Amino acid sequence: MSSPILNIDSIRKQFPILHQKVNGKDLVYFDNAATTQKPLSVIESLNTYYSLHNANIHRGAHTLADRSTGLFEATRKSVQAFINAAESEEIIFTKGVTESINLVAQSYGRKFLTAGDEIILSHMEHHSNIVPWQIIAEETGAIIKVINIHPNGELDMAHYQSLLSVRTKIVSCVWASNALGTINPIKDIIALAHQFNAVVMIDGAQAGSHIEIDVQDLAIDFLALSSHKLYGPTGLGVLYGKRKFLEAMPPYQGGGEMIKEVSFEKTTYNTLPYKFEAGTPNIGDVIAFNEAIKFVNDLGKDKIAQYEQSLLNHFVTGIISLQNTFGEQSISLIGTAKHKVAVQSFVMENKHHFDIGLMLDAKGIAVRTGHHCTQPLMHFYGIEGTVRASFAFYNTIDEVDILIESLRKMLERR
Amino acid sequence: MTTTEIQDDIIADFSLFEDDMESKLFYLMDLGKRLPPMPSEHQTEEYIVKGCQSKVWLFPVFEDGKLFFEADSNTEITKGLVSLLVKIWSGKTPEEILSSELYFIEQIGMSHMIGSQRSNGFSSMIKQMKMYAFALNKA
Repeated sequence: MSSPILNIDSIRKQFPILHQKVNGKDLVYFDNAATTQKPLSVIESLNTYYSLHNANIHRGAHTLADRSTGLFEATRKSVQAFINAAESEEIIFTKGVTESINLVAQSYGRKFLTAGDEIILSHMEHHSNIVPWQIIAEETGAIIKVINIHPNGELDMAHYQSLLSVRTKIVSCVWASNALGTINPIKDIIALAHQFNAVVMIDGAQAGSHIEIDVQDLAIDFLALSSHKLYGPTGLGVLYGKRKFLEAMPPYQGGGEMIKEVSFEKTTYNTLPYKFEAGTPNIGDVIAFNEAIKFVNDLGKDKIAQYEQSLLNHFVTGIISLQNTFGEQSISLIGTAKHKVAVQSFVMENKHHFDIGLMLDAKGIAVRTGHHCTQPLMHFYGIEGTVRASFAFYNTIDEVDILIESLRKMLERR
Repeated sequence: MTTTEIQDDIIADFSLFEDDMESKLFYLMDLGKRLPPMPSEHQTEEYIVKGCQSKVWLFPVFEDGKLFFEADSNTEITKGLVSLLVKIWSGKTPEEILSSELYFIEQIGMSHMIGSQRSNGFSSMIKQMKMYAFALNKA
């Protein structure tokens, strides 16, 4: 299986998990928006770390501590380069996108929000970019405003502009929607917000693995990324923040590592990034994450995006052919924005998404079913949930065909 | 037929598909379609089985010392699952329901077929039916 863009055969060899049977069939893994699989280099890095280097980082006088600290901080540098941050101190390791957003909501939000201030979110946010803001809004008396979306799953930018005002203090928006795949025009979103001196938080969970990131060019104030959606280990995320904001923010959690000096009278806090990394961090996973970044860099985001788009286009073409055979209502695409990552939701007439998911699993095909933690979005479409296929660079056109044929069989049996 | 005989029938039917999971699920959905329609006035919050991911309604009817069940679900596979329980237990006395052991579940490879989340939901259906039987048995 080779493509003119990427050598998929050799890529697939790097992902041992893909080479297995599920329910007697070759596994077809189309749940990449939920989590991506890990290349050998990441798996081996974890093994090497625990076999050779494991020691708690920072302040250790011994060789292993020094080694693990070096490896840990090397990943911070890699992340800095990966998103083109100005300084590595602007990279904070968290346990995931959810924690990154909560950190900003709790630390920045609590300090700077007052009653009547406004937080703008979009209608396509993941619950993890809604609930943290609701919590801080309740505490501070801030008000949440929501950007409408168009039926094709694009943001209503005119509505966004109408929401912006001097009361707007924070705009928090998803870069690429996990349920729809829509890539939002964040450069415009950020530039408009900055006209009103609002800070912008970008949920980059789905964007990280597909889109080139340059936080300085985009003028992003805060960016949340996930390791496990970027071919790295689970339980690890990144918060990027501009230094001036991170400096002004109080610590999010107290503990070891984040302090400079502690007495019972007064504690002074450590400098960035440690101020926000209380306790022993997820050392092994941070170190292995470096390998994931290298893997993606080696393939090249532009090639990844180009190849994944070909998979998405092939799938959409397949669905349209099913509509031609079985009627337009028989199967519907949810999320048809012009710019999308390789994520496609769909629903079938008179067929519950749970049933479709189980039927596909019987064929060895892994997809996600349900509301994808975006219930307000599902309400917008008047549905309870969707089936979502999400593609990665190790997927093939043949696999997409297997999915289409399985759906065809289901439609024939209706 | 006793609950044992019905279960043996179900096991024999599913064994025809051997390890073909897809065909098993299609068959299960077909079984669900054959359930007698459940009056919509019985599909209320009160008769929803708690602990299921999809919606399942179970409505008990007690007649001549026997318990009958009406059932429905908003998903086809779950409707197939509940239809199996209806097949085994509808028309039995509360005592028979309470004393019977459901061994067909493992025999037909159910948990492998539906995954652990739905297996929990399936357990909730069984529990709910036994609760109805228990309440009547006591009364």
